[in-house]
Amino acid sequence: MKTASKERLVAIASPLAALLAWQALADAGMLDTRYLPSPWRILLVAQQLALSGDLWLHTRASLYRLGVGFVLGAVPGILIGMLMGLNRYLRAALDPLIAATYPIPKIAVLPLLMLVFGIGDGSKIAVVAVSVLLLSAINTMTGVRGIERVYFDVAKNFRSPPWKLFTRVILPAALPTIFAGLRISLGVALVVLVGAEFVASRAGIGFLIWSSWETLAVEDMFVGIIVITMLGVATTQVLKECERYFLPWRH
Amino acid sequence: MAGPVAFKIRVQALAKAYGEGAGSHLALRDFSLDVAEGEFVCLLGPSGCGKTTALRIMAGLEQASAGSVVTTPPAAGQPANSMVFQEHGLFPWMTAVQNAAYGLEMRGVGRREREARAMAFLGRIGLARFRDHYPHQLSGGMRQRVSLARAFVNDPDILLMDEPFAALDAQTKLVLQEELLALWEAERKTVVFVTHGIDEALALGDRIVVMTGAPGRIKQVVPVPFARPRDPAALRANPEFGRLSLEIWHLIEREAHAA
Repeated sequence: MKTASKERLVAIASPLAALLAWQALADAGMLDTRYLPSPWRILLVAQQLALSGDLWLHTRASLYRLGVGFVLGAVPGILIGMLMGLNRYLRAALDPLIAATYPIPKIAVLPLLMLVFGIGDGSKIAVVAVSVLLLSAINTMTGVRGIERVYFDVAKNFRSPPWKLFTRVILPAALPTIFAGLRISLGVALVVLVGAEFVASRAGIGFLIWSSWETLAVEDMFVGIIVITMLGVATTQVLKECERYFLPWRH
Repeated sequence: MAGPVAFKIRVQALAKAYGEGAGSHLALRDFSLDVAEGEFVCLLGPSGCGKTTALRIMAGLEQASAGSVVTTPPAAGQPANSMVFQEHGLFPWMTAVQNAAYGLEMRGVGRREREARAMAFLGRIGLARFRDHYPHQLSGGMRQRVSLARAFVNDPDILLMDEPFAALDAQTKLVLQEELLALWEAERKTVVFVTHGIDEALALGDRIVVMTGAPGRIKQVVPVPFARPRDPAALRANPEFGRLSLEIWHLIEREAHAA
C-alpha cells in the first residue's frame, strides 16, 4: 500500500477507534454516563429528536438567523470596506468608529438589540449581522489597500474607465482578503448566535443545548453540540465552494 | 532634417523631484531626448538612475516636476503608448488570453473580437495552448511573453518597456530578446526600452542612452552600428560588440560602483 493511502486509512481509523473506545468504556461502566453518555445513546436520542421534528425545528431556526444575519452583515460590510479602502476621507471618518466598536464583545450588546429589535428573531439576526459587518468591513478595507500599485499603473496606462478599474482590478485583487474576512466572520457569527440563543430564545440549537442543561438531558445536549458543529462545517464548506467559484485563479 | 516632424517623442529638460523641502530627492535632472519614428532606443544605467522615472513620465504614469514630453499624435483610434512592466505586472486573476486582450477590453472591443486578436498574437509567440492558464501556472519567460502580448495586441503608437526581462535567467532572456526583435522587425514600432544590461541594450537598440547615477542625467548617447535584422546570440561573437560593451562599461563603471 502506498504511504498516502496508509496515511488516509490511519486518519479515518483513529476517530473511529476513539468512538469505539468511548462506547466500550461506557458499556463497561467506567464512564459516568450522567455526564458522558455513550455514542450509541446519543445516536438514539438524535434519532428520536429528528423523528419528532424538534431537531429540524431548532436547526432551521439557527440556520435562518445565521444565513440572514450573515448576508445582512456581509453585504454592507464589504461595501463600506470598499469605500473606506478607496477614499481616504471616508476612511479617516469611519476608522475611529470602527476602532471603537470592533473590540466590544458583540454578545454584550444583545440586550440593547433586544430593546430595539424585540425578543424574536430580529435581535439574533441583528447581533450576527453586526459581528459580520465589522469584520468584513475591516478585511475588505485591508484587501483594497493592499492592492499592488503596479496593477493601478497597468490600468492607468491602458486607459481603464473607472468602472472597469473596479470590476477588473480592484474587486478581483481584493477578493481573496474579502473571503478570508468572511471565513473569520462565519466562525464569530456561530459563537455569537449560540450565545444569543442560550439566553434569549425559544428555538434554535443554542436553545436546545441550554434547555438540555436545565433539564439535565445530557444526550440532547450532545446532539445539539454535534449539530451546531456540523452546521459550522457545512457553512464553511459552502463558503469554500463560493471561493473556488469566484477565485479560480487561486486554485 | 527630414520633413517638419523629425521625432516621435521629444523629451525636453525633464526633471523629477520626490518629496518636498529639505527631504526632497532629485531623481531626474535635465533629461532631453528625441526619439525618431520607428526607432528602438534603450535607456541604460545603474539602478536608481531615474531611467524608470523617465519612462513612467513618458507613459503618463507620473508628472514631471519640470520639462515636457511631446509626442506626435498617433493614428486615429490608436493608443498613444502601452507599457510592458517588470515581472508581476500581469493580473493574476486573468488567464493568458484575458491578460493579452486587456487593452482591447479597456477600449471597449467586444469579447469575441478581442480574444481572437489576442489569440492570433499568442499563436505567434507559441502560447496558443496556454490561453486559459493563469499567470501562476506559467513560467517566468511565458509570463513576460504574455506581458509583451498585452502591449502589442493593444497596437499602440509607442511601446515603453520597463526592464521586462530583468528577472529572467540568461538563456530565457536571450530567447525573449530574439522574439522581441522579430516582433519589432515585423511592426517597427517606436520603442523606449529601459534596462540595466549593457549586452541587452546593444542587442536591441538603435541608440543607447547612457545615464548617470542619481540624480539621473544623460551621460552619453551611443549609436549601435549593428545591421538588422540582428541575432542577439551571434552578435556576442562580434568583436565590435565586445569593444562597445567595454566602452559603455567604462561610461557607467564609476556610477555602478557608487550604486
